[in-house]
Amino acid sequence: MPFYVSPEQAMKDKADYARKGIARGRSGVVIQYDTGILFVAPNPSRALHKISEIYDRIAFAAVGRYNEYEVLRKAGVRYADVTGYQYDRQDVTARGLANWYAQTLGTIFTDSPKPFEVEIVVAEVAEVPAEDQIYRITFDGSVNDEHGYVAVGGQADAIATVLKEHYTDDLTLSGALAAAIAGLAAQANGDRIEINAGQLEVAVLDRTREHRTFRRLTGARLEALLAEIGPDGGTSPQPGTAAPAKAKKGSAAAEGGTSQAKPAGEEQARPDSSEPGGESEG
Amino acid sequence: MGSDSNARLMTASYLSAGTSSFSDFLTSTAPELLPGAGSVSVSSGVARDLPHGTTIVAAAFNGGVVMAGDRRATAGNMIAQRDIEKVFRSDEFSCIGIAGVAGIGIDLVRLFQVELEHYEKLEGRALSLEGKANRLAGMVRANLGGAMQGLVVVPIFAGYDTDEGVGRIFSYDVAGGRYEEQRFHSVGSGSVFARGSLKKLYADGMESAEAVMACMQALYDAADDDSATGGPDMTRRIYPVVVTVTAAGYQRLPEDVTGTYAQAVVAERMTEPDGPRSHLQTPRAIG
Repeated sequence: MPFYVSPEQAMKDKADYARKGIARGRSGVVIQYDTGILFVAPNPSRALHKISEIYDRIAFAAVGRYNEYEVLRKAGVRYADVTGYQYDRQDVTARGLANWYAQTLGTIFTDSPKPFEVEIVVAEVAEVPAEDQIYRITFDGSVNDEHGYVAVGGQADAIATVLKEHYTDDLTLSGALAAAIAGLAAQANGDRIEINAGQLEVAVLDRTREHRTFRRLTGARLEALLAEIGPDGGTSPQPGTAAPAKAKKGSAAAEGGTSQAKPAGEEQARPDSSEPGGESEG
Repeated sequence: MGSDSNARLMTASYLSAGTSSFSDFLTSTAPELLPGAGSVSVSSGVARDLPHGTTIVAAAFNGGVVMAGDRRATAGNMIAQRDIEKVFRSDEFSCIGIAGVAGIGIDLVRLFQVELEHYEKLEGRALSLEGKANRLAGMVRANLGGAMQGLVVVPIFAGYDTDEGVGRIFSYDVAGGRYEEQRFHSVGSGSVFARGSLKKLYADGMESAEAVMACMQALYDAADDDSATGGPDMTRRIYPVVVTVTAAGYQRLPEDVTGTYAQAVVAERMTEPDGPRSHLQTPRAIG
């Protein structure tokens, strides 16, 4: 005999499930700099990427379950390539792709028994920084239009707080990388993560390039950039970030009843809720 | 992507595990987007009067390969276009030229370009040069039905083999047969004359500039004897498209450089209309 479960309860359970899954994983950072957009994610694997090229000027970053965001990444490449082949290369836009992801993730969230435990970023580099587009899409299909920088994953709020302090709209590549590393290092409440070239996956959308703007920064190029920043990551961890990071555990359950459609990461208690992190549209 | 149900179908297929081949993906989900799709039975007269790409030549040189194509599209007895481009970048280390029905050929090139990039993005590494050549063979074979109705497209593919460190050339027939050419090759209506010319001008171990010059001469000879192939247009400054692929990647020669080669060829032909002469030796016994 089937038990009755109210839709509210079902959605809440799914959202809690997805948030917990995402919170277990590592985070990622996407940040604009003067000649492009930088993607940084702690990732010891050389082959299983969290950051990938989608199209000429569009890239994809994801956190959560690898098999699930890999499905989304491949789907995004297919969507972009079919659109570009059918119309023209310039007709493939991050906005269109973000909308497609939002619809797809929204459908999966409501229709399938298990939601995707992923959080993704779609970014498009334009001719000028003011026209760059960065979208964050969460497991339930919510889209956030971000400006300047965005952090995704379990520690997103703690990282975003640090990013906000370091971000200016005239960052250079090394400045942006320093800010991203400072943000990622701040996540685990004092436990600074290992920052060396082997532990980081770094890529850029470089607006000065022709045709395909996506480039991975690896090996000597990345080590040179890290050396430029200094062993400290350019900055020491911000004391103010400790509190939100500490409040992480259990807050999802405590706060879960307020809204199912909240993007993951926003469940964290945030006493100093001053950051401009995007609000949910869906 | 059309109707709502169609969009839902596409979404499902985007998310499927599927293949890393873009053309296979289109074949299974949106076959109407493939080159030559929906082609009906065409009478041979109609097919003949469609714009055709004419002559392409390619030659390997020391450390790479050059490909060059004339700029004319011919429809029946008319010049359809004076400045068509028939040689394209297919990816960082390869190029493709097309001869035959231009409408289908250009779509085939677009599909091939997406195919290579799609595989590279999905798999995280580029196909081998052999792999690229084989994919192209499959795509040419897919057009066999169209080819039987007169919509013939024959590509020529060349690239730099990063493993071997040499330039390689592949030719095709309409049934998708793939043949590796050892030194030089030519396709299209003027290919007979171009190949004859290249045969006399080509030497093993040529440098890049010499190979470009040999190709320019071969295209001139093709235009000289084949009415469908266009020679260098000195008055409008329309010169053949010339590309090279080396360890440094694909490079298209700038217009002023191809112009310099073309002018040198034309200037020489003012005094020697038949072009450079091969060294001829008679047997000693007779001489």
